[in-house]
Amino acid sequence: MKKFLLSLSFFWSLKRRAGASAPLAYAPWGAGRRSAACLAGLGFFCSLKRRSAMGITTLALASLLSVPAFAVMPDEKLADPAMEARAREISKELRCLVCQNQSIDDSNADLARDLRVLVRERLVAGDSNDQVLAYVTDRYGDFVLLRPPLKSYTLVLWAGPFAVLLLAGLGTAVYLRRRRQEVEASAGIPLSDDEEARLQALLDGTAEKRGPGA
Amino acid sequence: MSSVTKHRLLLLLPFTIFMVLLAYFAVGLTQDPSKLPSTMIDKPVPVFDLAGIDGGPGLASTDLTGKVQLVNVFASWCAPCRVEHPLLVRLAREEGIVIRGLNYKDKPEAAQAFLNMLGNPYTSIGADKDGRVGINFGVYGVPETYVIDKAGRIRYRHVGPLMPQDMEDVILPMLRELAK
Repeated sequence: MKKFLLSLSFFWSLKRRAGASAPLAYAPWGAGRRSAACLAGLGFFCSLKRRSAMGITTLALASLLSVPAFAVMPDEKLADPAMEARAREISKELRCLVCQNQSIDDSNADLARDLRVLVRERLVAGDSNDQVLAYVTDRYGDFVLLRPPLKSYTLVLWAGPFAVLLLAGLGTAVYLRRRRQEVEASAGIPLSDDEEARLQALLDGTAEKRGPGA
Repeated sequence: MSSVTKHRLLLLLPFTIFMVLLAYFAVGLTQDPSKLPSTMIDKPVPVFDLAGIDGGPGLASTDLTGKVQLVNVFASWCAPCRVEHPLLVRLAREEGIVIRGLNYKDKPEAAQAFLNMLGNPYTSIGADKDGRVGINFGVYGVPETYVIDKAGRIRYRHVGPLMPQDMEDVILPMLRELAK
């Protein structure tokens, strides 16, 4: 409800800014304060003062009363809510083969409807969730499952990212180790006369600009 | 191999992996994602027994053994079926191939009108009114055509309208091979 009020007042303030600001130009701060009050959560009341309130209220009520459109039709639903919930759960796992990137729970395709009805029939016949999935997979293959199963030919798919991560980790470890070894190996070597002179110059603050090879 | 050349080769490794991936994806892009593999290949046809349309001969799974034949899934409401239909008629008449029809989710009178207009290439037709036999075959779009061997096993599935080239290149050689 809070969200709804906020969105309503936001809508109202937009409308104010767009349409009603010209006649109120002589009192811009008053208008601004009222907008702020609306944004603070009193939007419903302040909008009621306006003539456009009717329109906005209608719009708001309509958006409150509307529900998202579902592909599952009332005539498909099972009487038993627990079983219907299982059917919905299974339907979300199954790919609609016509649209391919939707589940049969979301799709309005004829075949998706047929499969939804089939899923419910199997459940009523006493199948477990896995048995229903197996029934459909037997006919349409693993592609019908939206979550690919772990099998020999999907090994690259499942293990690939971890293999890449492992390789990258190994590469980094080898690189870091080698760098540390290089640093350690050079630790015992004393500075050359030239290096000693440059270091001294830096410490004294009298360093000239010198190229690295000079 | 000196350590310098070894190092250089190692630097080329990411590039090589990238090129291999690129080739892999390039091949993937040439493939039609709407053509799905069938899990029914080399499996026996599903068991079914369907009545015919308009009193004509029906179709049962037992009809699909003993002879190499095609099962064509069609419907009067399906536009691509009209495209492939003349080819089916020609195959049945000129090549003598046994083609069985699976009339998918159709009204019998509409199917009959379709056949009256375009010709009837089917030895017999099963009226799959609720599409259940279609689901058991793994049908996901009409038309589809299945090659059935003598033992009644599904050997090949073609999705979409059959074109003369599919016929010449794939179906006919396969039928000849299976008939041996």
